[in-house]
Amino acid sequence: MTSTGINSLRNGPDDHGRFGPYGGRFVAETLMPLILDLEAAYRAAKLDPAYQAELSDLAVHYTGRPSPLYFAQRTTEHLGGAKVYFKREELNHTGSHKINNCLGQILLAKRMGKTRVIAETGAGQHGVATATVCAKFNLPCTIFMGATDVERQMPNVLRMKMLGAEVRPVTAGAGTLKDAMNEALRDWVTNVDTTYYLIGTAAGPHPYPEMVRDFQSVIGTEIKAQFQAAEGKLPDAVVACVGGGSNAIGTFHAFLDDPSVAIYGAEAGGHGLDVENGHAASMAGGRPGVLHGNRTYLLQDRDGQILEGHSISAGLDYPGVGPEHSYLHDTKRVTYVPITDDEALEAFQLCTRLEGIIPALESAHGLAQVFKLAPTMGKDQSIVLCLSGRGDKDVESVGKYLGLLK
Amino acid sequence: MTTRIDTRFAALKAEGRPALVTFVMAGDPDLATGQAIFEALPQAGADIIELGMPFSDPMADGIAIQLAGQRALANGHTLRATLGMVEDFRRKDETTPVVLMGYYNPIFIFGVEEFLAAAKAAGVDGLIVVDLPPEEDEELCLPALRAGINFIRLTTPTTDDKRLPTVLANTSGFVYYVSMTGITGAAIKSRAAVGDAVRRIKSHTDLPVAVGFGIKNAEDAEAIGRDADGVVVGSVLIEAIARTLVDGKPTDKTVAAVRELVASLAGGVKGSRS
Ligand SMILES: Cc1ncc(COP(=O)(O)O)c(C=O)c1O
Repeated sequence: MTSTGINSLRNGPDDHGRFGPYGGRFVAETLMPLILDLEAAYRAAKLDPAYQAELSDLAVHYTGRPSPLYFAQRTTEHLGGAKVYFKREELNHTGSHKINNCLGQILLAKRMGKTRVIAETGAGQHGVATATVCAKFNLPCTIFMGATDVERQMPNVLRMKMLGAEVRPVTAGAGTLKDAMNEALRDWVTNVDTTYYLIGTAAGPHPYPEMVRDFQSVIGTEIKAQFQAAEGKLPDAVVACVGGGSNAIGTFHAFLDDPSVAIYGAEAGGHGLDVENGHAASMAGGRPGVLHGNRTYLLQDRDGQILEGHSISAGLDYPGVGPEHSYLHDTKRVTYVPITDDEALEAFQLCTRLEGIIPALESAHGLAQVFKLAPTMGKDQSIVLCLSGRGDKDVESVGKYLGLLK
Repeated sequence: MTTRIDTRFAALKAEGRPALVTFVMAGDPDLATGQAIFEALPQAGADIIELGMPFSDPMADGIAIQLAGQRALANGHTLRATLGMVEDFRRKDETTPVVLMGYYNPIFIFGVEEFLAAAKAAGVDGLIVVDLPPEEDEELCLPALRAGINFIRLTTPTTDDKRLPTVLANTSGFVYYVSMTGITGAAIKSRAAVGDAVRRIKSHTDLPVAVGFGIKNAEDAEAIGRDADGVVVGSVLIEAIARTLVDGKPTDKTVAAVRELVASLAGGVKGSRS
């Protein structure tokens, strides 16, 4: 099985919250004491059997874990190479992997005595998952969402409102995820005494990247056991889409020390990397910088001003990425590839027709990478894709792209 | 080593009044007008100048300062241009301390050592970098101190007695007390609480303590200045600039508006101890 020896890639972060040079705690002093408290609370919770038991119970009875590992037979036949499996995170309650993290963090917020929750959201999946756990645990919540995203993910906006959340559209900048995160941070600084900031991805100041990764690592751990049961070995490749990188690190983490497993992260290539400010591929098209509490790869101009980026998928439309991915990119353990809007749209349609599964546009980026990869591999080999979310939220915007709607 | 900041605070102490510290954004509303505003500040009554370094994502700032940064960036303002403004200022004013304030990424991308050398050469006296808490001192704080530039730390209502020594450890020049948990441009809830906090910080350090965030007029400046060694005013100056603009462009009222407001605030700090 996996080792966590001295050369393990699974040991990060260090005491300063660093994965190599990435990560850290680049926040205003107002937030610093709280971030230290959060770290202490998380360390204590991790060791508390009662906390772990409650989380496991919720995972089974509320989320519906374990999510199935599904053999995508027609996709496999269509591609004519490696066997393709889907890890069905889209079947989780609320329709994506985001709930795994939200449950872990809401229990922590309760333990810390916080009385209000805030979150940022891009596609609205994290906003919905946050609004859901806040309803269940009876905490008021405010969700910050870029105005552009409010428009393109309307079904999720309605879900959040019905769940009792206040949705605050953010008009600054391009009105996407980065702007929502800035506004959430401003709210947090203002209401730090009462408020828990439930970050939705494996990014932000330490300990968030570690904590969110831990909550999402259930994905890869289950894949490993389920694949072993199905095929009696390790998969040859695992693939996930990368926005901030939470479903990806959750999928990858269990496999980092298994060198026979190739690991691919699909970034948002938008209109293509050669189109200025036309993509959101921070590793393929950015360079290291400091934003939102951590050092990581960022899309930025020559003067260190952050660019907005672009992706058809609201959940990938972010100019940064979690710090652990930056480290895995530099060490070359994971291969990050840009997938364009068009490639993702094609994968979205193919998956829908071949498997009867409508994937989220985010997940469709991972699928597109599988479509490229499988034909290059042998029929005795296998790829597991993290199907991070379902596409109900996207049917309207995809319908518009395809000309099905006026 | 005695810096311009030390000298200025010592002189004001002798005079028996707090410092008026003014914040304006470099390059707002454009480079030439921004320079004219900058150079008008000492005459109008500013004792120390904080010059904002525009950043695309100012997470600790309210809407006024966000918009000021956007106006500057829309005109193509760069960190090098900010340093150039200080260089030009220093040709005319050898004594007024200038502190650059902003966020870390543009400095990180410029290159820390290269930036510090250029800042020192331009005549910058101190730095305030919002997203560099003491936990990240190796990044810029310690190199800045080595380069002979003050690193001015923010302390906040959440910085308790246990943490205060950590925050003060590598602070120099002065301590900047943020009057509230909040972003720039919000309102102070309790002046009495601010006074208590200043006294608490002063029991831990001999450095001057300046108070910022939420000081909006001469009356606020006077009241806060009774306890503090300096009062910092930013958002209202930026708003005064913004009100004079037509289609985002400066008018003949722009520099005058700043001059007037600073003069009135200076009256406030002069009344603090009388
Ligand atoms: C279904 C789905 N997948 C992926 C993402 C991207 O986030 P992350 O990279 O943190 O998994 C999102 C974000 O909204 C999402 O909704």
